[in-house]
Amino acid sequence: MKRTQKPSIPKIRKAPFVAIFVFLALGAVGISLGEPSRVLEQATQVCLACIGIG
Amino acid sequence: MDFVRKWVQGLFFLITNGYWNFPVSRGIYQGPLKVICSPGLNCYSCPAATSYCPLGALQQLMGGIRLALENGQIYVGFYVIGAMGAIGSFVGRMICGWACPFGLFQELLHKIPSPTFTIWRPLRFLKYGFLLFMVVLLPLFAVDSFGFGQTWFCKYICPAGTLEAGLPLLILQPALRESLGLLFLNKLAILIFFTAWSVVASRPFCRTTCPLGAFYALFNKVKLVKLRLDTQRCTNCEACHDVCPMGVHFNESPDDMECITCLACSKACKVNAISLEIGGLPISNQSPYRTPQAQSE
Repeated sequence: MKRTQKPSIPKIRKAPFVAIFVFLALGAVGISLGEPSRVLEQATQVCLACIGIG
Repeated sequence: MDFVRKWVQGLFFLITNGYWNFPVSRGIYQGPLKVICSPGLNCYSCPAATSYCPLGALQQLMGGIRLALENGQIYVGFYVIGAMGAIGSFVGRMICGWACPFGLFQELLHKIPSPTFTIWRPLRFLKYGFLLFMVVLLPLFAVDSFGFGQTWFCKYICPAGTLEAGLPLLILQPALRESLGLLFLNKLAILIFFTAWSVVASRPFCRTTCPLGAFYALFNKVKLVKLRLDTQRCTNCEACHDVCPMGVHFNESPDDMECITCLACSKACKVNAISLEIGGLPISNQSPYRTPQAQSE
């Protein structure tokens, strides 16, 4: 009797979704702590020492 | 596909540097968009920058962690690491190949006709040292008498900062030229070094020094969008070796941390053994349901 081989069905990887969720949750914690305002404050000022001037 | 990638690179360059009023204002963009993370290496002191550089922001937060905690503010980098990690988990180093302005700069330089040299492969480990020491540990622990750490990588190494922020600001604000010293000369020398190296070698900064690339490389096994190798189709002809701008031997290490998913290998593969997948599901004209009989036909 001829055996038929089942076609291989690709598996969905769960790890990327878990990682994305974990980091989005981490970002949400940062937002709840008010970090974006600190980041915005830094990003809107020229840090001359940071770019090698002064 | 390389044509599409160049357009995407150009688009990201324009999106992350979309403030074109800087010749008039002679300063940097200070609007609310700067709360958004730039996926690639793009200095936020660049006059045209419309988003924040994750490396710069992370160093600033690490350097100011003591003062923040003393003031009851828990600013420990969750927001920045969360954004970087989400990008890394989604596409990993695909950012380097598709969305990084400094990556584009190096690619364009490498198009200048010149002798080509390979990069000694162990040098790739240097960037993990830069990430660990100059982005995290030194800003965190090497602090001044006020308890404030420096942005070590930005201040002493980052050629993207010199190119995108240092030089343009010196042109826009001539008074700054009086403040120039050895520090700027050092950074200018580093920029010239990487510029020259990029002409004769492919993406030397990405491969040896970039801490952002090193961070994204940590996700190359778990990222959502990645390349997959069909080992049954692969004939080990090594066509993918010659075309890879990062020196990856894809048929030998499909999850290589250096892979920037530029798809050059996929195009070069004559037997269609390399394809793109999202979360394990292939996106290509190859059927994922092929049986071994169908493959041999």
